[in-house]
Amino acid sequence: MKRIYSVLVENRSGVLMKVAGLFSRRMFNIDSLAVGETDDPKVSRITIVSSGDERTIEQIEKQLNKKLDVIKVKTFEEHNSINCEVMLVKVKYNRNNRRDIMEICDIMDAKIVDMSGSQMIIRVCDTPQRTAQFLSQLKGISILEVARCGTLALPKCEN
Amino acid sequence: MNGADIMVKCLEAEGVKHVFGYPGVAIAPFYNSIYESDIESVLVRTEQSSAHAASGYARAYNNEKPGVCAVTSGPGATNLITGIATAFADSIPMIAITGQVKTDLLGNDVFQEADITGACESFVKYSYLVKDVNDIPRVFKEAFHVASTGRKGPVLIDVPIDVQQATVKKFEYPDSVDMRTYKPTVKGNGAQIGKVIKELEKAKKPLICAGGGVLLSKGRYELLSFAEKHNIPVVTTMMGISVISTEHPLCFGMVGNNGKAYANKAMQEADLIMVVGARVADRAFNHPELITKGKVMIHIDVDPAEIGKIAGPSIPLVGDAQAIFADLGEKEYEADYSEWLNILNEYKVTYARKRNPNPEYVDPAAFINILSRKMDKDAIYIADVGQNQIWSCDNVCVREGKFMTTGGMGTMGYSIPAAIGAKLRRPERMVVAVCGDGSFQMSMCELACAKQHNIPVKIVVLTNNYLGMVREYQHFAYNDQYSVVDLSGNPDLERLSSAYDIPFVRVHNMDEAPEAIDRFLANDESYIMEAIIDPMDLVK
Repeated sequence: MKRIYSVLVENRSGVLMKVAGLFSRRMFNIDSLAVGETDDPKVSRITIVSSGDERTIEQIEKQLNKKLDVIKVKTFEEHNSINCEVMLVKVKYNRNNRRDIMEICDIMDAKIVDMSGSQMIIRVCDTPQRTAQFLSQLKGISILEVARCGTLALPKCEN
Repeated sequence: MNGADIMVKCLEAEGVKHVFGYPGVAIAPFYNSIYESDIESVLVRTEQSSAHAASGYARAYNNEKPGVCAVTSGPGATNLITGIATAFADSIPMIAITGQVKTDLLGNDVFQEADITGACESFVKYSYLVKDVNDIPRVFKEAFHVASTGRKGPVLIDVPIDVQQATVKKFEYPDSVDMRTYKPTVKGNGAQIGKVIKELEKAKKPLICAGGGVLLSKGRYELLSFAEKHNIPVVTTMMGISVISTEHPLCFGMVGNNGKAYANKAMQEADLIMVVGARVADRAFNHPELITKGKVMIHIDVDPAEIGKIAGPSIPLVGDAQAIFADLGEKEYEADYSEWLNILNEYKVTYARKRNPNPEYVDPAAFINILSRKMDKDAIYIADVGQNQIWSCDNVCVREGKFMTTGGMGTMGYSIPAAIGAKLRRPERMVVAVCGDGSFQMSMCELACAKQHNIPVKIVVLTNNYLGMVREYQHFAYNDQYSVVDLSGNPDLERLSSAYDIPFVRVHNMDEAPEAIDRFLANDESYIMEAIIDPMDLVK
């Protein structure tokens, strides 16, 4: 089973190590991990996508809650949340495939954010599935480097 | 006033009377300040012992307050790690203070630098690296609070030398702690408590399995009152041994691999098991599925993460054992479990362990039983790790006293430093450490510490010239191929004792035992008693 853990933590040095260390030490999977400051500079949000059986999923939440730097843990499933991932892809292009790449970007809502005579950087900001799909669309094009931020997620809006 | 003075003032404000440790340059400002204070520093002979001594110190007084140890940076801090990990596994409240290199040198791999907060992350309840001298009072206040509440455990405070040396104008110790991330649940949920009573009403064969958490919560009295009121039999884990007197008619011994066969039989046959303050680890619960299958399993623990970690309970109940049993005690219900008790009492006879001791040696089982019966009723018995631990758990007679051992981590060499700490905390009590010749040698350097600080500890060494527990494992698992377990080269303990000016007695067989034990226990003075046991003896 896949779960997303949205973990609010004290924005202190070493906290990411403590949270990530907890996962590796207890044999919990990390499919993706993203971290950044929230609107309150004293608080960071770590978004972790993990998977496991029911007991593991429960243990992950309990063990996270046990950490003294953890303020709040929210656990939700993919379909109950809005997911997004940012990806930067640097590709090598030539006259023959330039149009194709631009077309793929157009269809996939990606943006070319930097360009030279032979290279371009494309930025994708979409669901993790579409981000992966975009990469597979670039098959046959020479990809130089890929950077992905990991899944960001928030539970869907309530009434 | 500097940071080190503030650290000492914080300890004073927490009522600390003793600090166990080993100095070095990075902790020198702290040791300079403590010199002027009323706090007594106890110089151990290796840093690991300072944590074990702090553990014994805390446990001797119901874990009410953390024991404190203070060592230097680098190797001092890394030597302390095993002691911290032991306290963590055993959930013992402890404050471990380490000196650290100067703040601006951190991360540069300078002399005696070790990332101790990083290294200890997985076995501290919390840790601090203090970078600002003004944080010291808050950090200490929080550390003492965290260590001694909820599920207790060690808290590490790493203080760079320049922070200890930094000047401070005034000292103000906070009155309270404000931590938004730490609010442990003490009181059990009322609805869950109601469910427990309902299940107990229905049950025919209920059983309480008490772990170390009962002692940590000081819930021994409340648990026993409840068990006695309804006639519910009690078994314990290793850490829970002194929850109930071994003489109590409701006590059915320790469970697990090395436990009493009748205790395990009771676990198998019970239709309701209340696991209280126990983490359901493999030593005590070899087949955790058996305690849930076809039974009602109630798991009571102050740490919610322990509940359902290994075995999924029918009724989870988060809270402090003392508070929960106080609440349970107020509920009235009728049930008659006398038939179940009769069955268990029969098992006690039919499943009693039968030994066939070699008469040419001391029988450790009988010896420990006689020793513990001759000890004061309220004495503190500290078992080390190895075959000695299992013989102790299986044969010790505990009445109003305490039985301490490291059942969680199983660290050899625990008993002597823990005995030093325990005796210092409870000078009026008789304190006896029981170890093997292997575990004795891991901590025998602390005889000097006991002598230097006039702490009379009584030490029993069960000598078989083997690492017996491993040898026994090799007997069963490796067809008697005894690899690296021969302890040839052991010192002559009589001459060793005389080097430390400690009286000594050697016991060769059971005929000599009673008189030797009497001599050993006669005065409140340090004594070493060596019992020669059969090298081939087995705990199983």
